[in-house]
Amino acid sequence: MSGKPKLYYFDGRGKMESIRWLLAAAGVEFEEEFLETREQYEKLLQGGSLLFQQVPMVEIDGMRMVQTRAILSYIAAKYNLYGKDLKERALIDMYVGGTGDLMGFILMFPFLSAEDKEKQRAFIVQKATSRYFPVYEKVLKDHGQDFLVGNSFSWADVHLLEAILMVEEKKSDVLSGFPQLQAFKARISNIPTIKKFLEPGSQRKPVPDDKYVETVRRVLRMYYDLKAN
Amino acid sequence: MSGKPRLTYLNGRGRMEPIRWLLAAAGVEFEEVYLETKEQYDKLIKDGFLLFQQVPVVEIDGMKMVQTRAILSYIAGKYNLYGKDLKERALIDMYVEGIADLMQMILMFPFSPPEAKEKNLDSIKERATNRYFPVFEKVLKQHGQDFLVGNKFSWADVQLMEAILAVEEKIPAVLAGFPQLQVFKTKMSNMPTIKKFLQPGSPRKPPPDAHYVETVLKVFQK
Repeated sequence: MSGKPKLYYFDGRGKMESIRWLLAAAGVEFEEEFLETREQYEKLLQGGSLLFQQVPMVEIDGMRMVQTRAILSYIAAKYNLYGKDLKERALIDMYVGGTGDLMGFILMFPFLSAEDKEKQRAFIVQKATSRYFPVYEKVLKDHGQDFLVGNSFSWADVHLLEAILMVEEKKSDVLSGFPQLQAFKARISNIPTIKKFLEPGSQRKPVPDDKYVETVRRVLRMYYDLKAN
Repeated sequence: MSGKPRLTYLNGRGRMEPIRWLLAAAGVEFEEVYLETKEQYDKLIKDGFLLFQQVPVVEIDGMKMVQTRAILSYIAGKYNLYGKDLKERALIDMYVEGIADLMQMILMFPFSPPEAKEKNLDSIKERATNRYFPVFEKVLKQHGQDFLVGNKFSWADVQLMEAILAVEEKIPAVLAGFPQLQVFKTKMSNMPTIKKFLQPGSPRKPPPDAHYVETVLKVFQK
């Protein structure tokens, strides 16, 4: 065993992408096993490695961790990306809760009907620009520091950058009313570990395509469309 | 100011109920402000009270905390219900997140259309008995301890207790195949802070009724 964390998921973003981002930001190398067939998934299930029969699953430090937020919290704490005390952790938890909700709207996007996709795109942009981005814009403006919490790079910064880039994929000029976030984006993108993750050939996954949707549906036997917000 | 945490939400369970449970289990007294009208809610937003324009919000230790999980994690951390180290915290987090997925189904149930209710009830039963309860039954059986993690009362125990009772309200015999969970439920019920919370007159809220659903739709209408 290599000692590196090992990620079990589809070969695509989904719920695992935030975990890839955080490990990469922390400078932690990781391995991946991609689910491609129903048989692979059933083998994992039968082997008892999926606590609640679901992926993401990450083998790390002798544990088979499941539940995205649990995994992210563990990584954040282990690699000192979780603030210096309970109050900073509370702020980080609130902020990643917000960006998590925003990315949740985008997560379901590929599984919507064509008609619902347009509706959802508008919804995502509206929520990003009226509910979420203004909060982080204000936080950065008010304290004038480089990072969201405690003048120190944290999970909250990684999560916000990920969210910004995802929303920009839906509307490229979405940051036009947010000068602080534009500067934040440039700054965080230049952090060496993040810069590396943003380069071609990294383990960052591309925008979900039809092949990805097909694979998820096939492996999970999830043949219905999700509903837009 | 009283120094007690102050909860702002509707007068009902919803997303605030796990927070009430955890504070009560920790023996922490709290105050509540109930949203009854759209105007009250709009005013909170206008006054900048709600970070993401949403409730729950809990005023605690000088912060206006939002995001249910963030609030619960803070309370658990503050009152030593979060395990003794990172690995115990990881276990607790996995367990409470799994339970939260089950509770989400129950949360949404009152808002599903009448024709979908039977199907949704079946889903809740299926998930509880095939996905979630077996996990905790096995955990308790394997270590033979009273509590889920680290032989010590934690947030995970409170969350599981809340979920068991919530599912039983919908499916009374749901614990029939789970002897460990039956014993767990009895033990939790007898812990002094939980016992108190389960008595009439406590801040525990009743199952959602038509009036609650009506109020939610009215307060949060666009």
